[in-house]
Amino acid sequence: MIEIESATKVFGTGEAAFRALNAVNVTIAENEFFTLLGPSGCGKTTLLRLIAGFEPPTMGAIKLAGDDITRLRPAERPVNTVFQNYALFPHMSVAGNIAFGLEMLGKPKDEVDSTVAEMLRLVKMEELKDRRTSEISGGQQQRVALARALAPHPKVLLLDEPLSALDLKLRKEMQIELKRLQHETGITFVFVTHDQEEALTMSDRIAVMNGGEILQIGNPKEIYERPSARFVANFIGESNFLDATLKGGQVTLAAGGTFDVSVPDGVADGAVSVLLRPEHVAARAGAAQDGEIAATVDTVVYSGEATTLHLSLPTGEKVKAKIGNAPLGDGSLPKEGDSAALTVATGAITVLRD
Amino acid sequence: MAETQTYQPGELEAEARAADNRSRWLLSLPAVVIITCAAAGPLLVMVLYSFLTPGDYGNVKWQFSLDGWTNIFVQRDIFDDTLIWADAHLSIFWRSLSLSLITTILTLLFGVPTAWFIATQPANRRQFWLFLVTVPFWTNLLVRTIAIQELIRSEGVINLALMKVGLIDEPIQMMFTDFAIGFGMTYVYLPLMVLPVYASVDKLDFRLVEAAHDLYAGRWTAFRRVILPLIKPGIIAGSILVFIPSLGAYVTPRVLGGGKNLMFGNLIELQFGAGRNWPLGAALSLMLMLAVMVALIWYVRVTSREQADG
Ligand SMILES: Nc1ncnc2c1ncn2[C@@H]1O[C@H](COP(=O)(O)OP(=O)(O)OP(=O)(O)O)[C@@H](O)[C@H]1O
Ligand SMILES: [Mg+2]
Repeated sequence: MIEIESATKVFGTGEAAFRALNAVNVTIAENEFFTLLGPSGCGKTTLLRLIAGFEPPTMGAIKLAGDDITRLRPAERPVNTVFQNYALFPHMSVAGNIAFGLEMLGKPKDEVDSTVAEMLRLVKMEELKDRRTSEISGGQQQRVALARALAPHPKVLLLDEPLSALDLKLRKEMQIELKRLQHETGITFVFVTHDQEEALTMSDRIAVMNGGEILQIGNPKEIYERPSARFVANFIGESNFLDATLKGGQVTLAAGGTFDVSVPDGVADGAVSVLLRPEHVAARAGAAQDGEIAATVDTVVYSGEATTLHLSLPTGEKVKAKIGNAPLGDGSLPKEGDSAALTVATGAITVLRD
Repeated sequence: MAETQTYQPGELEAEARAADNRSRWLLSLPAVVIITCAAAGPLLVMVLYSFLTPGDYGNVKWQFSLDGWTNIFVQRDIFDDTLIWADAHLSIFWRSLSLSLITTILTLLFGVPTAWFIATQPANRRQFWLFLVTVPFWTNLLVRTIAIQELIRSEGVINLALMKVGLIDEPIQMMFTDFAIGFGMTYVYLPLMVLPVYASVDKLDFRLVEAAHDLYAGRWTAFRRVILPLIKPGIIAGSILVFIPSLGAYVTPRVLGGGKNLMFGNLIELQFGAGRNWPLGAALSLMLMLAVMVALIWYVRVTSREQADG
């Protein structure tokens, strides 16, 4: 179990000081697949570097299984890293890279050899094991980096965007493989990604970060369906933000319609902003009847599995409705310029904290 | 419609390569001319002289002789005309070799940490430190060597200071010893080690060092297994830059070693001066060059095999 207690990291001093992490608190459970998700520069790599021990925190502490490890050197922490830039040793072969950690731990030769062989098989690099790491492709390097970090069987594996250089097919394969590995080995994974879909499919819990702070921690379902902040909602999936009025556990949209909602802590009755996911909006051509919201279709975008309608409400607000495509189309979807009637699925409306 | 031109496979690549070659030759022309005039020419003269007969007042007589070369190894006894081994030459060669090796090792010991220190400074301060390293080049070598003499001679700064604080009663004899030569040469050649090593440490990706620590390597192991192999090119370049000129060093051994502690450079100079044996001098120079070449070729062989082995 990793506990990060109000970890703050400030780079530079005086005028040039930059707060890359601001009082971050996280507890990661043993054998959890924990994902850090956030835009570029939000401090994901910095947080990993604090856990690995490459960088001391400006303030705060890091504990592993109850012990304070804040002062331990990287070599003393049972933590391995898959670096964002791989950081493979260019003067060693693929197999040499994978063996390095095991050799440093003083494992006997035959154990090193068998673990290396197993790792090579795992990342499908058996054929290239004698190549230099400068002579393999980016995706192959990424796999070697993964194998190298896994080989010593650490308690915690830190993965900094480990799949970003892989093509879609290999990426999906490696996602499943990683998930299986994490399950079988009992290693805690702290995984960094830009890719929201990857985060949602792989993680036990996700921490969404922005500007050096964690905005929300939760399982994928909570993060996607009950984001607490506008930033989180916007960062993950597609969103409609609508103005509404909250009163006694119900919201009334400016565009019409009243819905039961769960009210997050600290939100008082009055004007609020609510989230409505496009796939929770249904649309049909024609005039709005009772319980429906009137709208006009601006554009229709076909994207294979679904069609997205871009609509305008009478209030001037814009709404997207994403509708799954029926086989061969059913012709009932409104066309551009049509007036449409929208229905909102029950429980689809989330009140945002800001 | 324009007709589509068809090419032989590889034709375009060959053309590009040829054009590339041409422009490279053109660019290297000045260097080629200078090297031919300044290095190859004099070298030919030396080869020629080494096979001639010494003139009476220096210079050479145009008369073929192998004496220049045989005299490296054997000399004719002045009294009974028998051939005896030229021990002096061999022992001087050996001294030069060992002093040069020691100089190289010392410059490595002092130079690598210095280069590391400079390369790990913040970028804006590195220029300053590098500048300090190059300051000695501003002063003439002879002047600097004489300054060292001022430090280590019997009434010099070091001895006076040590006697003043009472650590020693009598001055330590440092001038005219091998220590003086080694000290002086280490000082003179240190920048030649620091600069190439600095260049390779500067290129070193420190994230690799982090990766080594992450994989449980201690400081020393990380140095030996990751840092050293990666800065090896700089260390090798530095060692070559120090070792080769050390072998032929002339000014420093002359000033600090005195007349007795000759090195190979002084031996050669002797033949062209008081010894009046230009062919022997030429042969000695060429032999030194051959020795260096053999060492370098052997070295290149070994390292390229190492590279191939992975
Ligand atoms: N050594 C450093 N000195 C100064 N600023 C730094 C340093 N390392 C990181 N930063 C800054 O801290 C912020 C967070 O960096 P970090 O590398 O953690 O981002 P990230 O979330 O990993 O981004 P990305 O997704 O692009 O990898 C960035 O604004 C970066 O410029
Ligand atoms: Mg990063």
